[in-house]
Amino acid sequence: MSTQKITLAKGLNMGLRKAMEADDKVLLMGEDVGKLGGVFRITDGLQKDFGEDRVIDSPLAESGIVGTAVGMALRGYRPVVEIQFDGFVYPAYDQIVCQVAKYTYRSQGKVKMPIVIRIPFGGGIGAVEHHSESPEAQFAHTPGLKVVACSNPVDGYWMIQQAIAHDDPVIFLEPKRQYHADKADLDESATPEPLFTSRVVRAGTDATVLAYGPTVKTALKCAEAAESEGRSLEVIDLRTLSPLDMGPVFESVRRTGRCVITHEAHVNLGMGAEVAARITEQCFYSLEAPVLRVGAFDMPYPPSRIEEEYLPDLDRVLDAVDRTFAF
Amino acid sequence: MTDPVSFGPDLAEVFGPSQSDGGPDLVQLLTPEGERVHHPDFDHDFSAEELRGLYRDMVLTRRIDVEATALQRHGELGIWAQLLGQEAAQIGAGRAMRPQDYAFPTYREHGVAYCKGVDPLRLLGLFRGVDQGGWDPNENNFGLYTIVIGAQTLHATGYAMGMQRDGVVGTGDPERDSAVLAHFGDGASSQGDVNEAFIFAASYNAPVVFFCQNNQWAISEPIERQTRIPLYQRALGFGFPGIRVDGNDVLATYAVTKAALQRARDGNGPSFVEAYTYRMGAHTTTDDPTRYRLNDELEHWKLKDPIERLKVYLRRNGLVDQQFFDDLDAEAKALGHHLREGCKALPDPKPLDQFGYVFSEMTDEIREQRDGFAAYLASFELGQSEGAHA
Repeated sequence: MSTQKITLAKGLNMGLRKAMEADDKVLLMGEDVGKLGGVFRITDGLQKDFGEDRVIDSPLAESGIVGTAVGMALRGYRPVVEIQFDGFVYPAYDQIVCQVAKYTYRSQGKVKMPIVIRIPFGGGIGAVEHHSESPEAQFAHTPGLKVVACSNPVDGYWMIQQAIAHDDPVIFLEPKRQYHADKADLDESATPEPLFTSRVVRAGTDATVLAYGPTVKTALKCAEAAESEGRSLEVIDLRTLSPLDMGPVFESVRRTGRCVITHEAHVNLGMGAEVAARITEQCFYSLEAPVLRVGAFDMPYPPSRIEEEYLPDLDRVLDAVDRTFAF
Repeated sequence: MTDPVSFGPDLAEVFGPSQSDGGPDLVQLLTPEGERVHHPDFDHDFSAEELRGLYRDMVLTRRIDVEATALQRHGELGIWAQLLGQEAAQIGAGRAMRPQDYAFPTYREHGVAYCKGVDPLRLLGLFRGVDQGGWDPNENNFGLYTIVIGAQTLHATGYAMGMQRDGVVGTGDPERDSAVLAHFGDGASSQGDVNEAFIFAASYNAPVVFFCQNNQWAISEPIERQTRIPLYQRALGFGFPGIRVDGNDVLATYAVTKAALQRARDGNGPSFVEAYTYRMGAHTTTDDPTRYRLNDELEHWKLKDPIERLKVYLRRNGLVDQQFFDDLDAEAKALGHHLREGCKALPDPKPLDQFGYVFSEMTDEIREQRDGFAAYLASFELGQSEGAHA
């Protein structure tokens, strides 16, 4: 067994390469994904190795990118679309929600839409407006789409390959703040868990903290800090937002009786609301306190000089954990 | 008020005089009076059999439309999008395609569907409310009806880009070389997606023909609300040629579309065909055009009827006899019968089946919802009215 240390950006890049090697119907499309390798360099070197027909620099029109991907998929291709930043996905919203999500249903299952739409999401990079958003609930709310979020380099490597091999459309969320942050050991010979599964990333006994994408790191830090105060937090990386994999969550909450969910998106009608409702339906008699949510306030993403105040951080999540104990 | 400052070219000079009858660039091979005329760039030596075939196609297409409209009036369809008056545009375009060419329709291309071999009965499902599109698009190379106007032009462009990658463009093999026909209307020409499709197609030199049926009306909005210049002239701004053809002339539409498709198949890129026509009926069966347009206009276009002019030509040149019309009449009647009886026999969709269409494979989440709904429905069945819900 040989391992190598990789970043999330590297993991995604390697995963994309693997997927393109495995199936010559896999195409990459997006703005600046070719020579430049994407603004985050996720597709670095791929056009050089796979050619301009498979790594396609597109005109700057998101609806056009996703709409042409639909046509490619109808022709038997497996397009992997890069939306440059989360806030730029909205020009493509109609194609995603009305076409990508509905084509299989419209055809009574006769037509498959194996399209992956990669979206760097979340804040914390000091960017201007539209570059730090978390639109996941808008897609998880849409029947016909699957939505996943990776949180670490190893998951990035495996999940992107699994998403590309999957026959339904997948919104693939990548925590952009983590792209070049931490390194992890990748063992390419390992067998990954299935794509649409959540995972306990730290075992604990006193309360359950749910997170996905960028907030998994925050949740793990919380668990470390809580441990020093004698409190044991279980952390679950949801990984898949639609469909949700609630089994491990229910099992955990039935043991701990307390649950906090954190995401960068607005809490109002966000993923946390859905997860809390499901926990209430299934774990009602196990709960010692209401499920609490820690996320963004109901305002547009703020100017970057104050974004760290706004994003859910260690203190705000721990404060919520405290409140579940005080209930 | 001051005199206008000169700023660029005079649009009236660039785009020509008033074009209410199609303008000087209109390609026509058969006049409204049924006279055969010739065009230096677009012509085709139609055999008598071809001419009879095109006439038959238009008559049968009109029959599909008339039957479906009647079925809506009888309450068998919820709504119907009529094509009355646009038979020549659709048959000309549809017959110009080869089997390997792919058509992306709006929701009004019943004539193109017919040309591609889709059973017209399958078109009714969407309008009856038994499905959202009852045919397999890849079986006949005819996409599903697309209600969000213009969205399908991007699918068409992407499909054409796929053809390029499959090596079925510009090989010189007529059985292999392929192209896409993207249908849309004058209203859709204002949509962002249509304009993006033009840009992508031009950028990648995709083998797609943008076929716009300009029927002069987007529900109640006249063409003047969508454009200040003739639509076909927009194409140049995107970097490919545009041609305006008499959309009520099946011969001209056929010849122009055929040339455009061949150009695309040969690897010479996209083009734009504006089929200048008129929506003789309402936008759909729920629309009331008397609220927004004058009867005079309708009467004016009646004189340009696409079927009548070809009938005159066939008769005048002795290319048909009474037997031809009698046979065609019988065929149209049989088609009408097929649609009427078939429509009423279309099975209602089964609520529980719907869960299986969302994804390629049912997720556990959806299976759970289906099973819960099934148990709920079963609770109403005889002998299970109590307790099944618990």
